[in-house]
Amino acid sequence: MISGYPRSDGRKGIRNVVAVAYLVECAHHVAREIALGFRAREGGSDIHVIGFPGCYPNDYAQRMMEALCTHPNVGAVLLVSLGCESFDRHRLAQTVAATGRPVETVVIQGAGGTRKTIGAGQEFIRQVLPTLESAGRVPMRIDELVIGTVCGGSDGTSGITGNPAAGLAFDRLVAGGATCIFEETGELIGCEHIMASRAATPELGAELIGAVEKAARYYATMGYGSFAAGNAEGGLSTIEEKSLGAYAKSGASAISGLLKPGDRPPHGGLYLLDVVPDGEVRFGFPNINDNAEIAELMACGAHMTYFVTGRGSVVGSAIAPVIKICANPETYARMADDMDVNAGRILGGAPLAEVGDEIYDLTLATAAGQRTKSEELGHQEFILTYKTFEPIGPACLAVG
Amino acid sequence: MERETDPRLIRLGPEDNVLVLATSLSAVETVRLDGEEVRLTQPLTLGHKIAACGIAEGETIVKYGAPIGVATQAIGPGEHVHVQNMRSNYTPSYVLPEADP
Repeated sequence: MISGYPRSDGRKGIRNVVAVAYLVECAHHVAREIALGFRAREGGSDIHVIGFPGCYPNDYAQRMMEALCTHPNVGAVLLVSLGCESFDRHRLAQTVAATGRPVETVVIQGAGGTRKTIGAGQEFIRQVLPTLESAGRVPMRIDELVIGTVCGGSDGTSGITGNPAAGLAFDRLVAGGATCIFEETGELIGCEHIMASRAATPELGAELIGAVEKAARYYATMGYGSFAAGNAEGGLSTIEEKSLGAYAKSGASAISGLLKPGDRPPHGGLYLLDVVPDGEVRFGFPNINDNAEIAELMACGAHMTYFVTGRGSVVGSAIAPVIKICANPETYARMADDMDVNAGRILGGAPLAEVGDEIYDLTLATAAGQRTKSEELGHQEFILTYKTFEPIGPACLAVG
Repeated sequence: MERETDPRLIRLGPEDNVLVLATSLSAVETVRLDGEEVRLTQPLTLGHKIAACGIAEGETIVKYGAPIGVATQAIGPGEHVHVQNMRSNYTPSYVLPEADP
């Protein structure tokens, strides 16, 4: 039923997009113009813009860009450089080329400015599109799927309807051998001990607790929790309350490991993604918005992401489809065009399991090529900022 | 004994001292708490919480059977439980000055 594009590293992609990657904000406009030239096309491969805005080097950003440009949903890569930024474009191009994907770098200063670079970039895309669009899909097993989940614009309904329903879908996927990743340790504050009791080993449990304690310290230094004004308007009063609702999207499976952005899960199972930087507090808030988390899930290989929302987020993502699960029935009534699943109907008496099954079925349909609402609407949000991480410890992936 | 509570209110855990509105109550309405009629003091949208019983200042607010913060003042049964009368045990909650109740 599900199918994908085979990649040289053994993974399969559920989409075959061209990634246009700007390597500093100064190249962002040119990258966007290159992609916009293909916007009016009907069907075929999508052209998605991703990038890093900073001019100064950052190991995390380099690792993220390498992981995203070799993401299984990416079939070809165009790098757009201004020319004088610090990002190591040569290493990124070599990393992509080593996977066998078509890759080209256009350098604005060398090409002779905006117009000429747009022309050169579009020429590369015109060359690779026929190959991408004639590529065949091959059968794909559920245990080859990697699914992420975030929640955003949460309210008092998220933890009762959308998140538990997403958790049920996760339980079915994990039981079938798939890899599922939940995240935002800053939104698990208060849940660390319950969560640790689900760890595959006591050592991993200690790592999970440590990751949440790190998040609590980080946010305490910042002065605010991972808590937006809209959360309060939607009835959530504290970060602990938001956390208990967010935790529900992890389902009930045993937790197999703790990842950091860019780590690839070694086998199927349920993983927690630690998104809070290591070391002293710098570079601001850990995740400045929901798309920062989606990008990190993608860097761990997520083919698609569940996005549970109560207040009503409209975002999608570059590279990997987003399935929008609306927790609040009043929001759904207002914003149905943006929502893939109406989980708020649980408040009207619909069984949680029915919504969980709907999410599971939609996951397989999306993996088979069906487009989600945010894909149809052209959403391609993406953000990447500075961070610092240490490698994960040996206890984080304890079981084979 | 089964304690009768309004079907428009959700009790997420047996130990909880707050109930969640399953539907918006747009006007000042009367709800049933443990068989007692309680008049709400203001309209509330779904997802918000009201006190299931009297809560003393300093008492832990319990939802999903877990602590979600502490009462900063005494809260009466049926009263809206939110940022104006409870706080986090971790980090402050940011709200807009003009936020809706």
